[in-house]
Parts: sequence; structure tokens; C-alpha cells
Amino acid sequence: MIDRIMREIPRFFSASNVDFLIEAAGRTLLLSVAGCTIGFLLGLLLVVIRRTSHPALLPLRTLAIGYTEVFRRIPFLVILFLVLFAIQAVAPRASLFTIALIGVCIVSTAFLSEIIRAGFESVPRQQVDAAEVMNFSYLQILFLVVAPQAWRVILPPAFAFMVMFIKDTALASQMGVVELTFAGKVLSNKGFSATLTFGAILLAYFILSYPLTRLGRYLEHKLGSSRN
Amino acid sequence: MAHLEIDNLCASYGNTPVLKGISLDVEKSEVVSLIGPSGSGKSTLLRALVGVTKPTEGTVRIGETTVDYRSAASLRSVRDSMAIVFQQYNLFQNMTVMDNVTIAPIKIKKWNKAEVRKHAAELLERVGLSAKHNAYPDELSGGQQQRVAIARALCLRPQLLLLDEVTSALDPELVGEVLDTIRDLARDGMTMLIVSHEMGFVREVSSRIVMMDKGAVVEKGPPAQIFDAPEQERTRDFTARILSH
Ligand SMILES: Nc1ncnc2c1ncn2[C@@H]1O[C@H](COP(=O)(O)OP(=O)(O)O)[C@@H](O)[C@H]1O
Ligand SMILES: [Mg+2]
Repeated sequence: MIDRIMREIPRFFSASNVDFLIEAAGRTLLLSVAGCTIGFLLGLLLVVIRRTSHPALLPLRTLAIGYTEVFRRIPFLVILFLVLFAIQAVAPRASLFTIALIGVCIVSTAFLSEIIRAGFESVPRQQVDAAEVMNFSYLQILFLVVAPQAWRVILPPAFAFMVMFIKDTALASQMGVVELTFAGKVLSNKGFSATLTFGAILLAYFILSYPLTRLGRYLEHKLGSSRN
Repeated sequence: MAHLEIDNLCASYGNTPVLKGISLDVEKSEVVSLIGPSGSGKSTLLRALVGVTKPTEGTVRIGETTVDYRSAASLRSVRDSMAIVFQQYNLFQNMTVMDNVTIAPIKIKKWNKAEVRKHAAELLERVGLSAKHNAYPDELSGGQQQRVAIARALCLRPQLLLLDEVTSALDPELVGEVLDTIRDLARDGMTMLIVSHEMGFVREVSSRIVMMDKGAVVEKGPPAQIFDAPEQERTRDFTARILSH
């Protein structure tokens, strides 16, 4: 087997194959990074809505809670197919990548929102009361008092989620998006050794997620020793 | 005319009534103390005054104006005129002492930054913390944190200062420094409504004392009455029990 792999290596790493792999890795990276960034922002928005107390906003709060609870419980793949069929019904020309990106954001929003909510709740209520009686506005309380203390609670699970999330984007291959996993299938179907092909794919996933793990460690360390 | 007039104030947590018609007033430059067993509603009364717990009935008047706790504008103006120091964990842990004291006057009231910082420095000196401008709350002792919280409240230039058991979470040797600060404020004519279990201090600093039990006022009167000749059995029992400790 080793012989076969050694023999195949030059042909496997041909310019066109490498281009193909890089492009696929780019899609995986984009799905992960855009998914997490958009998910983080929308997740934060959901938390901002959930923490309001005005009676008139109750329907919005219920919606935000319902969203978080529902989309954390449905399998990722099911969501991807749901989004695929729903979008293709209204916009048949939408690209598979766009559809996958939307599916990915729906999931990451729910998970990151929950992580952010838990972080915000770790800040003692008394500080919120103190800010309230000093006439801080709702958003001033969140962004001057709560968020700066919540980051150190939020970041470790958020990074753990993101690293896991890079792997989960592999599910987009099931709907035909040519990301890393799909690229692996294509190459192995072309007759390359599965060990070689998926070994290369494994390496690519590692290269994508390792820097994120390091960044998470670095931030954790930095937050552990300072306050902001 | 009283500076703060509370009439028949009621409040509940869920369906449990906690304040059952409290009436009392505080004159300008007067120190009124709330005493009473734990759970009698003293904290809730202070929280209701600043609208953290919403009163369900009764009226609160500050000077000439009657407060409407359901109106955001009215609530904002009460909170402008009063400052409160809670029992513990008041300070913003992500900010230095100086930022804790100055953030509201600068960011919320939009007062002149240089003047606020100068005032804050004076207040911190007054509470004996000039050396701690850049310290974070978790680098301070409990007594120091409470004194920062008092400085922060004063930096808002309140007309009325509410203090809720500001010494109860402190080690005995730290209580004195906080009480000294409050004594100074009383001497300077700060109007205060305070909750305290330090009976010697309460007797010395208050012009009137309000004894509460089970969400109602049991008795009010000058210190001599409350401590030496109480009209109510419950007041006598309570002060006797606390003083014998
Ligand atoms: N957040 C709360 N939720 C429900 N009940 C509360 C809450 N805070 C206080 N209480 C109840 O309200 C009553 C009055 O409490 P409190 O005002 O803290 O009394 P005090 O300050 O005199 O000890 C007590 O019976 C207490 O158990
Ligand atoms: Mg209390």
C-alpha cells in the first residue's frame, strides 16, 4: 500500500489537483468563518432581544428563545436539507454554496447565541441594578458593564464551538457543495488511493482549525491575566 | 415640607406582598435609619424608591414632584435625584476605581470630564482611597470597595443618599472606616435614608428611626424613644435582642 501511495503522490499533487483542493479548502474556510462571524453577530442580537424586559417586546423575546431552543435540537444535516428545499422552491437559481452558507449561519446563530447568553448571565445581577439606578440605558448596561466582563466566559466555549464547526461544515458536501470533504470524494473516485486522498483532506482540516485553537488559547490566556 | 415623602407604599415579589403600606418622610439634611428584623422589607423599600422593584401602590414625592414609576421620564428623574449603595457587589468589576466613580457623571450625565475627575479625586481622598485610583475592585478589601461605592454615589451629587447595610458584609475591623465616612456625610448635611444593624451608630447619627417588621412600619421616633422608651413591644424586643449581641 505504501508503495502505491508513494507512486501516486506526484500525480496526486499535480497543479490542477492542488488548485482543486485549495479551492475546496477555501469554501470550507469561508463557510466556517462567515458562518461563525454572522452567527456571532446574529447570536448577540438574539441575546440583546432576550434580555429586554419591556412587556411590548414579549413576542420578540419568545421568538428569540424559540429560535435558539429549536435550532440547537435539530440535526445539522436536516437543517441543511430543509434550507436547500425551502430556498430552491422560491429561488431555483440560488447557488448551492449560498444555500449552505445560510444553513450554516442558522445553526451557528443558535449555538453561539446560547454561549453568549450564558456568558452575559455570569455577570452578577447587582452590577446591572447599580447601572440601572445610575440611569444607564439598556444598551449601555450591556456594552459598558456586562459584555466586557462576559468575554472571558464566552470565548473558551465559543472557540471550542468554532473548531468543531469547521468539521461540521463537511455536511455541506451532502448537498453537493464542493468543499474539502466533497473534494476528497471526487479525488478518490478518480482512482487515487483513499488513504492518500483522505490523509490529505485530514491534513487540510487540521491546517484550517489549528490556528483557531491557538488563537483561542492565546485569548484565554490574555483574558485570564488582564481585565479587558 | 418634607424632602422625601413616602405615603402608603406597597410592593410585592410575584404575588407575595413585601411592603404593606409604608409611610414615612425625610426632611432635607436629615438622617433617617430603617431598622428591623431580616426579611422585614428594608431593602425592598430602598429598591422600590429607586424603581428597581416596582411599587404597586402608594405615592412617593420628592420635593414638589410626585413620582410615576411607570413613566420612563419620571423614573429617570428620580434616579437623577437619588443615589443608592447596595449591600455588596456594587462595583463594576471591569473598571478601575476612578472609572467606577466617574463613568455615570461623564457618560450618562455628560458633565464636564475634567471637573468630574477632580470631584472624584476629592471624594476618593475623603474616603481615604487617594492611592487607589487605578486599582480594580478585586484588588481592594470589602471595606475599600464599599467606600468606592459611596464615592461613586456621591459623585452623582444626589439630593438623597440611600445606604443599604453597607457594613454588613464587612469584617468587623473594616466596619469602622465605612461608618466614619457616613458620619462625615451626616455632619456635612447630606440627606440620607439608611438601613443598618449597627445600633450604636444608628443611635448616634440618626435624627429619626423607623422600626419595620413584616413589611410595615411598627414605630417611628427619635433615637431616645426607640432605644430607651419604645411604645411598641416589638421594638423593645428587637433592640434588646440586637444590643445584647
Ligand atoms: N428577589 C426576591 N424575590 C422574592 N422574594 C424576595 C426577593 N427579595 C426579597 N424577598 C423577600 O421579601 C421580603 C423582604 O426582603 P428584604 O426587603 O430583603 O428584607 P430586609 O432587607 O429587611 O432583610 C423577605 O421575605 C424576602 O424573602
Ligand atoms: Mg436587606
